[in-house]
Amino acid sequence: MADTVLESRPDLNLDVVRDEIGDVRTEEMLVNMGPQHPSTHGVLRIVLRTDGEMVLEAVPHIGYLHRCAEKIGENVAPYQYIPYTDRMDYLAGMNNNLAFSLAIEALTGLEVPKRAQVIRVIFAEMNRIASHLVSMGAYGLDMGAFTPFLYAFRERERILDLFEASCGARLTYSYITIGGVTDDVPERFIDVCREYLDYFEPKIAEYNNLLSFNHIFVKRTANVGIISAEKAINWGLSGPSLRGSGVKWDLRKVHPDCGYDEYDFDIPVGQGLKGQLGDCWDRYFVRIQEMQQSVRIVRQALDKLAGTPGEYKHKSGKSVKLPKDEIYYEIEGARGQLGFFIQGDGSQIPYRVKARGPSYCNLSITNEVVKDCLLADVPAIIGSIDVVMGEVDR
Amino acid sequence: MSLDWKQTDIVFVDQPALGAAERLYLPQIWGGMKTTLRHMFKKALRDRTVVQYPEQERPLRVEIYRGVHRLNRDEDGRVACVACFMCETACPAHCIHIEGAESPWADREKYPIKFDIDELRCIYCGMCEEACPVDAIELTPEFKLVGKSREEMIFDKEKLLMVYEQTKNLKPRKDPAITGYPETGHRDRVP
Repeated sequence: MADTVLESRPDLNLDVVRDEIGDVRTEEMLVNMGPQHPSTHGVLRIVLRTDGEMVLEAVPHIGYLHRCAEKIGENVAPYQYIPYTDRMDYLAGMNNNLAFSLAIEALTGLEVPKRAQVIRVIFAEMNRIASHLVSMGAYGLDMGAFTPFLYAFRERERILDLFEASCGARLTYSYITIGGVTDDVPERFIDVCREYLDYFEPKIAEYNNLLSFNHIFVKRTANVGIISAEKAINWGLSGPSLRGSGVKWDLRKVHPDCGYDEYDFDIPVGQGLKGQLGDCWDRYFVRIQEMQQSVRIVRQALDKLAGTPGEYKHKSGKSVKLPKDEIYYEIEGARGQLGFFIQGDGSQIPYRVKARGPSYCNLSITNEVVKDCLLADVPAIIGSIDVVMGEVDR
Repeated sequence: MSLDWKQTDIVFVDQPALGAAERLYLPQIWGGMKTTLRHMFKKALRDRTVVQYPEQERPLRVEIYRGVHRLNRDEDGRVACVACFMCETACPAHCIHIEGAESPWADREKYPIKFDIDELRCIYCGMCEEACPVDAIELTPEFKLVGKSREEMIFDKEKLLMVYEQTKNLKPRKDPAITGYPETGHRDRVP
């Protein structure tokens, strides 16, 4: 194979002789995929250097959605920054709120009431289900299956109804806040949530019948975009993209916060059921299995919530003073390890806020995987990595 | 930057072998369509799921939804705000601008002569509502907000009080019940 030289800018004059791998020599072409392409999941632009149907190089261009979220964090108090974290990974706002709140709590040593911790686990896991539903539905859409998308949104709608009843918003929740949650769960929440889980669990089997094991879908995703475990670790992947390669790593098990160690759940990893280990299908299926595990956690947490009365919020959550110290805190978000670095200077407003978005780090592997694939496989690979551009650009 | 290839990095991939039935793809299409068709002919389920939006509307959980602001009046019909600037301080988007003045009434020291909220700048986080010590500013479930210009979308005191007059009977509640939960879209068509 010819030495492929990688540069940040594709070199038009680079004359790669494709004859070496027995292909017909054709003219190279630069193709812009995005920023308005439907399967780039937002405003991601990928410049593809193609040779016929083969992709020689893929350079993601990001920054279309940049909103200076980190700089804003240096100008507002921590509790005011919570709504901004909602808008990073807008499909899993609860997880973002949770990561930032936990970071501030760890920095200031704030004690979170027991009931708040249980509520946090319920909402983080419900949001993980909602996020994976979108990921699954949109992935089906990329692969040409329209129906699963509608079904996934139907189920997600009811999760959003529960969120709306609890915090009053359907997307930008700002529910989990520093020191607890903004409000207690509404009355009848436990019953309705359990009702929903009973309704939702059989639906996972339906998705599997409809999409996961459908041969047309399997043909498009199995053996495509293979990431070996070693490569996944080297490129800093996390979340389902990492576990799809068979790596057993989940921060909920590694350092359990919010009392995750009290719940009984498994970490699904890719097994190479339909093709090579670490292909697109494995990454997709890890998400499906994770939904099942999240249902398990929420069920246990609901039982626990019924037996945990008390406060849902620490009183001084809004008036915390940040010590002259710094912290980096990570949790397992819906897309991977979501971390916040916060540096305090003794005042109420942080000196520096830095977010580590899992989508941003996962996106970095694009070129490595997309290279030497067919053009039609690019949406399959991008979709299986599951990037949310709001989080990539922040 | 050049990458060194290792022999272990190269994965040789074979196409999965297909049987005659699989090569037709028809059974697979039928397998997928089975679920779709089953859902298609369940009218009750469809009515519950689909909302024909402009004609039909979903009942929102009106008690807690975070929509347009309103400025409440107290029982004497005066503006309830005491111009304490708590909401302006709490607002993460800096969209509230208040000018206070000496109050003409005996029971409070200050009242707002100017109370502007930039509805385009607002991020509807509900922190003003949370911060208000006299429950003067509240978020209503009204979310259909239209304006022709930016100036029009800066709501002043009169406009915010007008929103209160329109949404008076929707009292925001702290702990709403989850009502009519499975029938999200099940409502008759509005003529």
